[in-house]
Amino acid sequence: MTNWIDACSSDDIDAEDVIRFDHGGRTFAIYRNDANAYFCTDGLCTHEDVHLADGLVVENTIECPKHASIFDFTTGEVETPPACENLHTYPTVVRDGRVMVQI
Amino acid sequence: MAGIVILGAGECGVRAAFTLRELGYTRPVTLIDAEPALPYERPPLSKNLACEAREIRHADAYLSAEIELRQGTQVTCIDLGGKTLRLVDGGVIDFDQLLVATGARPRLFPGMENCATLRTDRDARRILSRFTPGARVGIIGGGFIGLELAATARRAGAEVTVVEAAPRILGRGVPPQIAALVQARHTDEGVKILTDTGVVRADETTIALADGTELGFDIVVAGVGAVPNVELAQEAGLTCDNGIAVDAAFRTSDPAVFAAGDCCSFEWRGNRVRLESWKAAQDQGSHAAAAMLGSGEVFSKVPWFWSDQFDMTLQVAGLFDLAGAMHTRDTGDDTCIVFQCDPAGAISAAAGIGPGNAAAREIKILEKLIERQTQADPSILADPSVNLKRLLKA
Ligand SMILES: Cc1cc2nc3c(=O)[nH]c(=O)nc-3n(C[C@H](O)[C@H](O)[C@H](O)COP(=O)(O)OP(=O)(O)OC[C@H]3O[C@@H](n4cnc5c(N)ncnc54)[C@H](O)[C@@H]3O)c2cc1C
Ligand code: FES
Repeated sequence: MTNWIDACSSDDIDAEDVIRFDHGGRTFAIYRNDANAYFCTDGLCTHEDVHLADGLVVENTIECPKHASIFDFTTGEVETPPACENLHTYPTVVRDGRVMVQI
Repeated sequence: MAGIVILGAGECGVRAAFTLRELGYTRPVTLIDAEPALPYERPPLSKNLACEAREIRHADAYLSAEIELRQGTQVTCIDLGGKTLRLVDGGVIDFDQLLVATGARPRLFPGMENCATLRTDRDARRILSRFTPGARVGIIGGGFIGLELAATARRAGAEVTVVEAAPRILGRGVPPQIAALVQARHTDEGVKILTDTGVVRADETTIALADGTELGFDIVVAGVGAVPNVELAQEAGLTCDNGIAVDAAFRTSDPAVFAAGDCCSFEWRGNRVRLESWKAAQDQGSHAAAAMLGSGEVFSKVPWFWSDQFDMTLQVAGLFDLAGAMHTRDTGDDTCIVFQCDPAGAISAAAGIGPGNAAAREIKILEKLIERQTQADPSILADPSVNLKRLLKA
């Protein structure tokens, strides 16, 4: 079963930035790119259990704070190892200034 | 057969092999290593008591990429004229091009030959099993490996003494302000750190100090640096200079032979350097692979290193001139960032420390500014209210 969850206000995330979002015992990362589009992936790096929200967003990529794996957060794909597994992504939509995530 | 042969399946060799495939190379790729285990990550070995070596890639990944992995295979000779490697079992492997990625091994000073050292998963199992509550652990060398082992042993409840000959710990490459924070934390955690303390002799259970004192331990580990594995390259006649000397494409003095990772020395911003860094080994492996296929791209990746001790992470980007001026960006929240600019005014090195990944994002931004050789006024960078990311966009 998937549900649309109200994750945060669209202003809670700066342009080209990321926040952590915890829900139902799971952790996610929600991104806003510099074109003000919103994306959501698993919150933890696939290399080690490290919160990606502490990493650096550049354009459509997130660089893990720990060992610098780079993922494309629009697709979840690894761009640069050490991580070898892609991130899961989740659909997002902005409604009335709220970022909704389908998880 | 022939194709590309990679000697050494550490971080560098493995990354190079996969990069060759990603770039579309279809001829044979052979990856050879003396170690019997599937190639694994070394950094966790000093950081966790639960010594489960993590594989760099799963076994399937080598199969599906058609990378022939020859584990447990010691190479004894590189024959440049015949373009072959000779193996300890008498076997011979031909190559069209060779990447030497033989890494480094722990250094030991005379009189310390029987101390434990840490490079492999087997070393780790031997050492970590001795880190038990109340065990007396002696560590020679206040560098990264020594201090990470000290933190791991302390967390296991051992009584830990670190003996460092220099006036301070982390004297190679880390600014004194950051080293002082690391030292304070170790001291708070109950690790005894003896600086300015020379060791004349040591074995499995004793450290003899220059002043005549003998300290007794249940285990003694030496972490006094690493020496590059250059012997095969040297005997083959490749030029070596604190590592196998390579050019900007990681090519050695023989045009068919490349070298990268901990075993090589290369030119970085006017100085010949040799790094011992996990990410540098990967970056260089990937760059060398591309160069072997003819890419003329210039290597510009900034040296970057991290270390975990207790709940702190330390990251260093760029290479510090420890005699030069340092600036501090006072970020509060238990984090501290120190940086340096070169004589031309470009930011050249930065180090940060903090709990978990608290300092990571700023160090990443500074790393990018270093890569671009961004000119910046130190007083602006030092101001914690200045958003560093804006500088990146500028
Ligand atoms: C305990 C420990 C902790 C570390 N922690 C960190 C850290 O926190 N951060 C960081 O940035 N770096 C860290 N490092 C350093 C990092 O692991 C190295 O820089 C990196 O492994 C270098 O990769 P490499 O492929 O160049 O060499 P290596 O990993 O040394 O691999 C070289 C391989 O070549 C093989 N080989 C050599 N000679 C032969 C031969 N004649 N025949 C066959 N095979 C051969 C060896 O068996 C070895 O597997 C750590 C290292 C250790 C040991
Ligand atoms: S935890 Fe993300 S790269 Fe290692």
